[in-house]
Amino acid sequence: MRGLRIYAVAYLVFLYAPIVLLPLFAFNDGTIIAFPLQGFTFDWFIELTRTEALHDATVNSIFIAVTTAILATCFGLFAARAGNRHVFPAKGGILGFIMLPLVLPEIIVAVSLLVAMLQIGLTPSIWTVIAGHVLICTPFAIAILNGSFANMDQSLEEAAVDLGETPLSTFRLVTLPLVMPGIIASLLICFTISLDEFIIAFFLSGNEPTLPVYLWGQMRFPGRLPVIMALGTILVVLSIMLLITAEYFRRRGLRRAGLRDTGGFL
Amino acid sequence: MKDTNQEPIIALQGVHKFYGEYHALRGIDAEIGQGEFFSLLGPSGCGKTTLLRAIAGFEDISSGRILLDGRDVEGVPPNKRPTNMVFQSYAIFPHLSVAENVGFGLRKSGMSGSEKQTAVGQALEMVGLDGFGSRAAHALSGGQRQRVALARALILKPKVLLLDEPLSALDKKMREQMQTELRRLQRQVGITFILVTHDQEEALIMSDRIAVMFEGEIAQLAPPQALYRRPANRRVGEFIGMMNFLPARVIASGGATVEVEVPGLGRAALAPDQCPAGIGSEASIGLRPESLTLLFDGQSADRVAQGVVEEHTYYGDMTYYDVRLDGAPNTVSVSMRNMPGRRVLERGDRADLAWDARAMVLFG
Repeated sequence: MRGLRIYAVAYLVFLYAPIVLLPLFAFNDGTIIAFPLQGFTFDWFIELTRTEALHDATVNSIFIAVTTAILATCFGLFAARAGNRHVFPAKGGILGFIMLPLVLPEIIVAVSLLVAMLQIGLTPSIWTVIAGHVLICTPFAIAILNGSFANMDQSLEEAAVDLGETPLSTFRLVTLPLVMPGIIASLLICFTISLDEFIIAFFLSGNEPTLPVYLWGQMRFPGRLPVIMALGTILVVLSIMLLITAEYFRRRGLRRAGLRDTGGFL
Repeated sequence: MKDTNQEPIIALQGVHKFYGEYHALRGIDAEIGQGEFFSLLGPSGCGKTTLLRAIAGFEDISSGRILLDGRDVEGVPPNKRPTNMVFQSYAIFPHLSVAENVGFGLRKSGMSGSEKQTAVGQALEMVGLDGFGSRAAHALSGGQRQRVALARALILKPKVLLLDEPLSALDKKMREQMQTELRRLQRQVGITFILVTHDQEEALIMSDRIAVMFEGEIAQLAPPQALYRRPANRRVGEFIGMMNFLPARVIASGGATVEVEVPGLGRAALAPDQCPAGIGSEASIGLRPESLTLLFDGQSADRVAQGVVEEHTYYGDMTYYDVRLDGAPNTVSVSMRNMPGRRVLERGDRADLAWDARAMVLFG
């Protein structure tokens, strides 16, 4: 038992110690990333606000992540409902192929997307990155929403139709509110995946870099490292807040649906 | 009972349903009267739920016709049919309050807000849930959910209310209470109820008429008493309550009676309503456990048979005896009410059994 406990602690240290270093050096008054710490400063954060290119990259990333999250969640919603409620020819094969990007090497996806886009004459841009991100986020959305639909008693939809609603108003009045926790979870997960995705963005963003692509570019300048640390700190804080929000909505959804908590999606 | 001159509210004409190769409904013909409490009774997989869902519009039928209030409803979706359903799981919307659940179907009714409120209040009162309107649906007990489901369906005043095993999720006490309450409610609102159940006792207690279904066919359609007393065949007799079967041989057949020889009991003259083949043919007779009576010291009867007690089972109000009649190939089950001072026979005791030919049913 004792051995297992040490293993668990070592594992957590390995996992999180590098992340703890981020804020440490972000507030460190020195350009060299090394101990001992030099003193406390906000300089790197102030410099963040002055970097034009960084702002553009941030705006690009957020736009891509929001659009990707919405599109992937919509597609995920359709696919999950179809998979859970309908029987159609080659259903297993179709759903399998939709889920495939989950395990495909991203570099392969990125290269083939680039080749395909250049072939049909598209210029790499924000929109090509969005297309790539939707491709890899949709399987996650489907996986999350599958759970929501599987948890939902099918006779609820039948009851609404029986009580006079059309299939469309049933979807709006019954299905949508009941899978809403799944939708919110899917939006947040897809947003997070898209925000920190590098390979596809690197290949497809052209001269409109996303935040990770911009950061990668900055790595060439050692003097910029503390700024990157500062940016990293902000991203970590934002991610944690995002996950807490997602978990809050999930639990609230469960309570409202009167279901038992069987562990989060995280 | 119903006025037989009235138009049936539902007419099923040669209804067939295939799921691929599987023949789920095999030619269902029935007419269900206005204001009738009608049950579809059968073991699981007999097609009773499929038939109910076909009436509701959730299943297309492969051939035949379903007439609702004289109108062929082929292709009419569930939301356009004058039927409402109480689902087995109750299907209470968990994100809505009790009042919102009950008023759900009124959305397109054109009622004003206060009219709806009044209607919801009346519906809740009818099912004994007045004051529950603001409760969250997921905080209700099983029995309360059942009542909400009933109120939600009845508020729309459907021509037919369809109930899919509505009591199977309740515990025994609650189930018995809801059986009488459903019956009372049905009389009060006068709406035709169609109940799907696998519980024969439930069907007997609640129904005006029962259709017993096996393998996609109606084996017998009759009021509870007729069904219990005169099952159409051995299978129905076995399914509804308990029935003893003894081999019998037809020895004489007159205009008014058929005479059979039953090993262990002797000769019996039966009404020929279900006369099998001619003289000399092998048949069997069915006898309910309560129509056999053990005779205790000093009692006598017209027709008496002898046997040996092989087993007895105590049920509190009743004791069931397995008695092997002298000369009979199998044991018969006999039920006796436990009364003060009446002794209980032990295994191996000799027993005298009184029987009555009027309670016998002859099967071909």
